[in-house]
This record gives sequence, C-alpha cells and structure tokens, in this order.
Amino acid sequence: MTAALWQPALLSLKVALWATAIDLVLGVAAGYALARWRSRLAALADALLALPLVLPPTVLGYYLLVLLGRRGAFGAWLDDLGFNPVFTWQGAVIAAALAAFPLVHKAARAAFENVDRQQEDAARVLGLTPLAVFVRVSLPLALRGIVAGALLAFARALGEFGATLMLAGNLPGRTQTLSIAIYSAMEAGDDAGATALVLVASLTCVIALLVASRLTRPRTPPRLA
Amino acid sequence: MRLDVAIARRIDAAQRPFALDVAFASDARRIVLFGPSGAGKSLTLRAIAGLLQPDRGHVRVDGRVLYDAARRIDLPARERRVGYVFQDYALFPHLTLAQNVAFGLARGLRNPSRRSIAQAARHWMEVFGIDALAARYPNQVSGGEQQRTALARALAPEPPLLLLDEPFAALDAPLRERLRESLLALQGQRPDLQMLVITHDPVDVAALGEHVLHIRDGRIVAASDT
Repeated sequence: MTAALWQPALLSLKVALWATAIDLVLGVAAGYALARWRSRLAALADALLALPLVLPPTVLGYYLLVLLGRRGAFGAWLDDLGFNPVFTWQGAVIAAALAAFPLVHKAARAAFENVDRQQEDAARVLGLTPLAVFVRVSLPLALRGIVAGALLAFARALGEFGATLMLAGNLPGRTQTLSIAIYSAMEAGDDAGATALVLVASLTCVIALLVASRLTRPRTPPRLA
Repeated sequence: MRLDVAIARRIDAAQRPFALDVAFASDARRIVLFGPSGAGKSLTLRAIAGLLQPDRGHVRVDGRVLYDAARRIDLPARERRVGYVFQDYALFPHLTLAQNVAFGLARGLRNPSRRSIAQAARHWMEVFGIDALAARYPNQVSGGEQQRTALARALAPEPPLLLLDEPFAALDAPLRERLRESLLALQGQRPDLQMLVITHDPVDVAALGEHVLHIRDGRIVAASDT
C-alpha cells in the first residue's frame, strides 16, 4: 500500500474514532435527558439536535466557520488560548462529530425510552443514588441501542465530506481524509488511486453496518424449558 | 412497629382528575389495603416508598419520619429503607436471579458480581427455595419463581417495612396459596417486619389481613381488625 492510500485512510479512522467518542458522551447525555424530560422545550431541543441530519453538510461547515473561525465569537476566544481548529485534524473531528451526532442521540433516546421505569424505581427503592441507577440499570439496558447508534455515527463520520472540507480544508497528510482524498484523486485524473480509496471506504462502511444490524437484532437470554 | 400514614395528593390528569387522601395508623404486622382498581392503592404505596411526592401529610415508620410536609422532611426513596415488591416484579432482566437478590446489598456504582454472591443474598434465596436457580436470568424462570425472587430482593437489605403491590395477581390459585403461606412463615423468621399488602382478592384479605383498610376513590372508607 502506498502512502497516498494509507495516510488518508488512517487519518479518517482517527477522525471518525474521536468523533464517535465525543458523540457517545454528548449523545448519551442528551438522549437520557430528553427521554426523561417532557415539555414543549424538550420537543424543541430534540428538533434542534436532529438538524445536522437534514441540513446540507456545507451549511454545517458554514456555521462552524462562523462560530470557530478566527473572527468568530468562539474562535476568537480559542485563538487567544493559542488553538484554532480551522485547517487542523481537530477541525475535521469537530465537523464529523457534529454531522454524526444525531445518529447517537436518536438511538440513545429511543433506547432509554424503552427502559422500564419501574425497574429504575425498583433500584431507587433498593438504596441506589441517581447516578448508580443510571450506571447499573438504565445504561446496561439501553446499551445495545446506543452501540448500534455509535456504529452508524462512526460510518457517517468516516464518510464526512462537506463540513470537513469547509472547516479543515484539504491538506494532504494533515486534513485530507479518505472522502476528500477520493475527490482530489478524481479531480487530478488519478482513476486508479480513486478506485483504491473508494474500495477501502466502501468496505469499512459495510462492516460497520453489518455489526450495527447484528446489535439491533433483539436478543434476550435463551428461554429454558 | 408502627406505620403512620397521612397523605394527600391531587393528580390533574385531563381525562380523570383524581384526589388521593388517605390516613391510617396501625401496629398490626400485616395490613391489607383492599379495594377496586383505580382506588388509589398503588399511589399510596408509591407515596410511602418515596416514588411519588404527596402535596401534604406525613409518613412515619416506627417513629422514623420519612416524609413530613409541615416540617419539610422528604427523604429520597433510597434513604427510606422500605422493601417494595412491584406488581409485575420489575426484576432486572440483565442480571441473574442471584445478582437481583444481592442488588440492594451493593450500593456503589457496580452491580454485584455474578460469581461471588453475598451471604445475605444466599440466605434469602434459600428461604424462598430459588437457590438452585441462582445463575438463571428472570426470563428463564416461571412466574412464581420470579415472584419469589422479587420477595428475596426486597427483603435482603432487611427493611423494617415491606410493601407488596398485588403480589399474587399474576399467579394461579395453588401458587397463590403457597406464597401466602410463605409470607406468613416469613413473619415467623422476621417478627419485627411489618407488611402492607395491596389486593383486590378477598381470599388475600381473609388469609393475610390482620388490619384491613377498605379504600375507594382515593379514601379509606372502612377499617377492621380480624
């Protein structure tokens, strides 16, 4: 394998793993909060959190630039701290995490809504703190749905293009992820290179989807006669 | 041993507003709350356990104040030390029967180990004859075995008060009879244990009721001692 192939593949893997990890923390927290909190405000929050799923990735990238760019409100503050995500691999992580967030959030919310509230009540009566109820009952019962959502988010983050290109750019070896490298190879007329990259990307996504569908299949301990 | 309860709570459901207003005190070891469904039996139990906050009133067990609106005392459910057997048992499906029974003995962030089970949990599994099923999961055992697991789980932390919500509703008649007997036998072992049982089955009332409270439309309408 040549560097032109494995460099973007490894970078994509690193970016997608970081993005998935961030989405797991934020998506599980938001999913649990919205599964347990019912109000008109919660419905609005739910709709806002689903936006990255339907907005064009370029729009997400634009928002990120406005927010995180050197002249952006948050970006100027980050700049003072000596860090700016624009044109860095961390920028690619932020773009991928934003694009893939709803997949974890929605899956986590649905999984927590399916947890029997009476089982949580039973744990409270047995002396557990709210955190212990979450860690010992709610989370394990929702885990399969959450993991399935995380795998979809991983696949989505792996393929992120538009928002990543706008925030992190196309710097070979630094921010050129798999999908951006494919675009660059096509533009440069390197059909063989593009084909190899496409195969790597397709294979990775198929594997992630297969694992996700295995995990979403309902499974209970086998009934004994 | 004295359960002293006075709770009022309005539920403003759109279809059917409901006002719960029950008050009773009893030294009896077995109190039965008897009434039709929708009378407020489960709400009363949930309020005693700290799963439902009343608008006013008090809950005292053996002189220990669990809730007192006037004095602004409202212990969270985890500090009330009340055993609760839910109507459909609410066993934890991801844990074995042994882990279910030991659940309340480990208060930290980790579930009890599958392999080394606390002595107290083993004791209660033997009492209810489910020790041979320790490694099974709840959906791998019968309804009666699930029921006994729920009882053992509620009793393992040694609560002074045990609340039972329609404990036999899902079981057939011979099994009900056996479980009533094991509840009575249980009080031979734990003489300081007070039980509050919800039922709409007159046979339960005859077998278990030392002090019987008739509840209707959210109020106690009659009380009798047997």
